[in-house]
Amino acid sequence: MIWNRKHLLDLQSLSAEEIIHVLDTAREFKAVGERSIKKVPALRGKTVINLFVEPSTRTRISFELAALRLSADVINFSAEASSLKKGETLKDTARNLEALNADIIILRHGASGAPHFLARFLGAHVLNAGDGAHEHPTQGLLDVFTIREKKGRVDGLNVTILGDILYSRVARSNIWALTKLGAKVTLCGPPTLVPKSFESFAPNVRVTWNIDEALRDADVINLLRIQHERQKASMFPSTGEYAALFGLNTARMTKVKSDALIMHPGPINRGVEIASSIADGPQSVILEQVTNGLAVRMAALYLVNGGASLQVAG
Amino acid sequence: MVFSNEQRRRADTVRTMSSLLLDSAALQRTFARMAHEIAEANPDVGSLVLVGIQRGGVPVARRLAFELGQVFGRPVPCGTLDVTFYRDDLNQRTAPTVNPTEIPGDIQGKTVVLVDDVFFTGRTIRAAMDALHEFGRPSRVQLAVVIDRGHRQLPIRPDVVGKEVATLLSQSVQVRCSQGGVDDGVFLRDTATLSSAPSVS
Repeated sequence: MIWNRKHLLDLQSLSAEEIIHVLDTAREFKAVGERSIKKVPALRGKTVINLFVEPSTRTRISFELAALRLSADVINFSAEASSLKKGETLKDTARNLEALNADIIILRHGASGAPHFLARFLGAHVLNAGDGAHEHPTQGLLDVFTIREKKGRVDGLNVTILGDILYSRVARSNIWALTKLGAKVTLCGPPTLVPKSFESFAPNVRVTWNIDEALRDADVINLLRIQHERQKASMFPSTGEYAALFGLNTARMTKVKSDALIMHPGPINRGVEIASSIADGPQSVILEQVTNGLAVRMAALYLVNGGASLQVAG
Repeated sequence: MVFSNEQRRRADTVRTMSSLLLDSAALQRTFARMAHEIAEANPDVGSLVLVGIQRGGVPVARRLAFELGQVFGRPVPCGTLDVTFYRDDLNQRTAPTVNPTEIPGDIQGKTVVLVDDVFFTGRTIRAAMDALHEFGRPSRVQLAVVIDRGHRQLPIRPDVVGKEVATLLSQSVQVRCSQGGVDDGVFLRDTATLSSAPSVS
């Protein structure tokens, strides 16, 4: 397998083989993180810019640490304290960063397709760190990495994604990665946040609004946070009602398979989408997802950096 | 890796043109002799660690560790080392596949024998020494190779050599020993007809 992509913009356009290549590469980078010297010179002399137009802490820190562990130089650029506030366009900002000889630009943006837009005119490599409600490819990759590591496979597993699907880029990237690797995906949550139309997203995706049915056969339960910041209107009456109807509580947990993995991309809202005891319980792999995220981002940076400039973005 | 029919046909042509440097039995005798030379230079088996360089050095290191186990009557630790990130040509190619690095225990104060199949320019060994030192400070590092094919580009010299072979730059040397059977052997191939194929280094 030869990785020949200049950018990592989404998982929709990746083949199953390419996804597996990232996961295999990430496995070796995870081993690097377990050594006493956690750094390798894979990106020595390269300049990586974290361009975070939408605020983020955990993804930015994860990408920053990933780049540092590859020996790259990293600059963090956040929208609040930047020229974007003074009216500069995204294109001009990106061009200015490239004029500083940036090799890789990691973009987090509130608008879907923003990384694809940058990739069209930049010579630098572009990594999507989340664009609107579209995709969050490294989150999707770290989720399948965690499932593969814990379960030994992804093919044939029943994966339930529970919560705010409509506004979730994590859900979309997960759906692409999981279905490409042969998992069966069940989407569940309030009807206002889980439209039936998601069934036509990819094969092997089904929608149910019945939480008991969604949990019963699940090998993996991925809980998503309610994204209040993205919701233009009130999509359900109250957080209390959401917790009662769709929260993973101890009563519901008794009906879940005893070896089912409980996942959450974070930040978690304890007592809303997940009970505290379950988040900290033996089936939870939430913190392992964080560890794996670092390895997956190192792999993504390493592969993209080596990707030839032949590929046409899009 | 998926080969096209054309590539497969060409590879078959080359295989018929390749000459046998060591057959299975000769290769086995070579491993036994190399193991004895390593044992003679390192009587303190407790401080000995073999490390095979990914990928060709890994099966060779396993075979040598087995032979050394016979000589000493106790197992000799054997690990693997991937040198990809330490190569001086990393930025001149698409991201190479990364293979596992497994260093057995602490190498601080140990004698580490780096093992590779074919010793060529010396650049892989330079990268290996950098990679190895991320894991600690061995008291000594030695180098054991099955084939020394010449054409050194760096001032590095092996401690234990299976066989020295004069080669042309256009040729490649293949050590096949992962099966431990009759298919094993060392082959010299003329790659001039296979210009698009990556050379074995």
